[in-house]
Amino acid sequence: MNQQYILRAENISKSFPGVKALDNVQISIERGKVHAVLGENGAGKSTLMKILIGMLTPDSGEIYYKGERIKFTSVHDAIKTGLSMIHQELLPFPELSIAENIFMGNEPTSKFLGWINQKEMNKSAALLMNKLGAKVSVTKAMKELSIAEMQMAEIAKAISNKAEIIIMDEPTSALSNREVDILFGIIEELKQQGIAIIYISHKLDEILRISDTITIMRDGKHITTCDKSELDHDQLIALIVGRELSSIFDKKEINPGEVVLSVKGLTGAKFKAINFNVRSGEMVGIAGLMGSGRTEIVNAIYGLEKILKGEIIVKGKKVKIRSPRDAIKNSIGLVSEDRKKFGLVLTSTVKHNITISSLRKCSNGPFLNLKKENQIVDEQIQKLSIKTSSPDQIVNFLSGGNQQKIVISKVLLNDADIIIFDEPTRGIDIGAKSEIYRLMTQLVKDGKAIILISSELTEILGMSDRILVIHEGAIKVELSKAEATQELIMKHAMA
Amino acid sequence: MNFKKFTSPTHLIENSPGIAKYFKKYGIFIALLFICIILTIATPNFLTLQNMVMVLRQTSINGILAIGVTFVIISGGIDLSLGSVVALTGVAAASFAHPGTHGLIVPLLVGILIGLGIGVINGLIITKGKVAAFIVTLGMMTIARGLALVVSDGRPVSNLSDSFNFIGGGAFLNIPIPILLFAAVIILSSIILNYTKTGRYIYAVGGNENAAKASGINVHSIKMFTYIMCSGLAGLAGIVLASRITTGQPNAGVAYELDAIAAVVIGGTSLSGGAGKIIGTVVGALIIGVINNGLDLLNITSYSQQIIKGLIIIGAVLLDRKN
Repeated sequence: MNQQYILRAENISKSFPGVKALDNVQISIERGKVHAVLGENGAGKSTLMKILIGMLTPDSGEIYYKGERIKFTSVHDAIKTGLSMIHQELLPFPELSIAENIFMGNEPTSKFLGWINQKEMNKSAALLMNKLGAKVSVTKAMKELSIAEMQMAEIAKAISNKAEIIIMDEPTSALSNREVDILFGIIEELKQQGIAIIYISHKLDEILRISDTITIMRDGKHITTCDKSELDHDQLIALIVGRELSSIFDKKEINPGEVVLSVKGLTGAKFKAINFNVRSGEMVGIAGLMGSGRTEIVNAIYGLEKILKGEIIVKGKKVKIRSPRDAIKNSIGLVSEDRKKFGLVLTSTVKHNITISSLRKCSNGPFLNLKKENQIVDEQIQKLSIKTSSPDQIVNFLSGGNQQKIVISKVLLNDADIIIFDEPTRGIDIGAKSEIYRLMTQLVKDGKAIILISSELTEILGMSDRILVIHEGAIKVELSKAEATQELIMKHAMA
Repeated sequence: MNFKKFTSPTHLIENSPGIAKYFKKYGIFIALLFICIILTIATPNFLTLQNMVMVLRQTSINGILAIGVTFVIISGGIDLSLGSVVALTGVAAASFAHPGTHGLIVPLLVGILIGLGIGVINGLIITKGKVAAFIVTLGMMTIARGLALVVSDGRPVSNLSDSFNFIGGGAFLNIPIPILLFAAVIILSSIILNYTKTGRYIYAVGGNENAAKASGINVHSIKMFTYIMCSGLAGLAGIVLASRITTGQPNAGVAYELDAIAAVVIGGTSLSGGAGKIIGTVVGALIIGVINNGLDLLNITSYSQQIIKGLIIIGAVLLDRKN
């Protein structure tokens, strides 16, 4: 038996009604190494992780920890043994302090009556956070932290639990590039201490940067495990999707038409004096760090954020936008960066989500025309190739990519001519990504005007005709497609 | 409350198989049937036409209230003021229903309009004032009760016209009027929830208010609608009750909101909003009605009845959770 593996899972299978989520999968984790797990949504990564962490029990297969066979019955078991997971969507206790979050369920107690030793707790928490290089007071409430800082608190918690393996699920999906650098520094540090990291991400550049070993999964099966040095970017994509992708951006030259949206001196709480135009048939990219105000700018155009000053002109007419209702009336649509908060009613069906914004198209007066609605929904499902078992499926059960397509179809059904895509491919797999890019390209060809916000510079560079770089709530520079490079964008975005 | 949507991931993936699924879908009907069968065996008088009609008539007031509060709960809100609104509207309607004073239409309008008005006030404070529905309607519960006592000077308003008393006591084609009204409310509210844009928006607002707003839905007016609908129906229930007991009682309707909410919850509507069905609420109200009736028939004292009712409410929801 190879002693360098701290964790081995062998022949793991797991079925859910109607799907075989995992089919004879294996994975072996080495101490002090970063092991990336890659695959499209639905490939079985999350199910495998849930099994490792004790949230699910496998139908068959064995898991060995330090050579000993183990069976976790709960997440608590796993944590006690030395496995911690940092979830993509962090679930902290927002009202409690950082220290209280870190030591939740594991509080240092005083001898007298077992009361929580607040002093000791804060001291240890500060020590941990300091080690990670975080400069925040540990008595601050969790809700006041940025996502990056919350993540650090989670990592601190894992360390305080003496984790030997930390699973990170899409840890960078909400981080700026600078924060990613900090996180990677921490990961290097953890490696030095012999902690193994299982790293799940869709971002290939990051994986090639941080990982030592890569496991690729597809359709619930283990495809390959190899050293990072054996693969390059294109080979990775080919293995993940199971086919060669010539290029996921197939954007052609365009001929922009009239100016359909112009923003003059737009000022809000987080941005000031924003001026720009968007023409029909044009895709304008907005780049900038998280928190630079880019999302607030487009939210203001869509009526989700208060406008303090400035005007919005749609197709030559000055308009007042106080709510999304006004925006929709002026044929502006938004695909929000936060699809769970602003995009979908997760507890509702595919059908009801698709039509909720445009029920007027399938109703007579106040009454719904259910036949017409079914027809419209079927058309949309086909047009955007939304993969769902039925239009009556609850959207919560769908993959991120399919959920995003539902949000997009909702906006398209509203006949929007100006469509804002805010991080349209966050957290979705490469297959769905390229479909969304194709769709956006088609929309521009059809004469729609598109504003694209993205943290992925390759995406911004690949898709946009012009790029506005936002820094601290103002447009720092406008770059043409020809002159824009990753380095140039970052230079302006960071100062 | 912000974290209520985070159901456990295993729950999201693992659908319940065959029988469990069937039970989940029809469990509430099965439960009603089950209780009826037990009562049929246990008492000779349960399964008689006369008793059935009585159960329906007794259920109709709670049923009308429960349907109203179903709208509010699906939209993600709550209304605790119902019982007091029943008392206030009953007293107010009765004050205009003395023989030889006004036509029947006057007390009816008074009762309904006061109900609607309270809905408008609740809705405005909740939407424009951004105060939690729980607080607003808790306050309104006290205010409406106080108003009922002030208006009636604390005394029952009796000596009501025959035409007014006909609403609660009369029958059309041998069917008691309260049952007919209940039926009408069921049909109307089912149409609104299932076949109108407003109904669809109510579900969306309760399911995810932010997404509803971003979809261009006027969230405030939808919430207003649910509170107005709910209090308006409470006004109707108030009239029916005053008419049935032939007095406007300022102390009537205490804790009626709790029975109504219980019916909604038994009927499978989630208190966190976004889901629920009128038919579930109707069956929930029937279960409560049948239990009340059955316990009477079994000669169980009203004290013990309360304990049993409480247990059944918790049990019903527990069963629903398990599935």
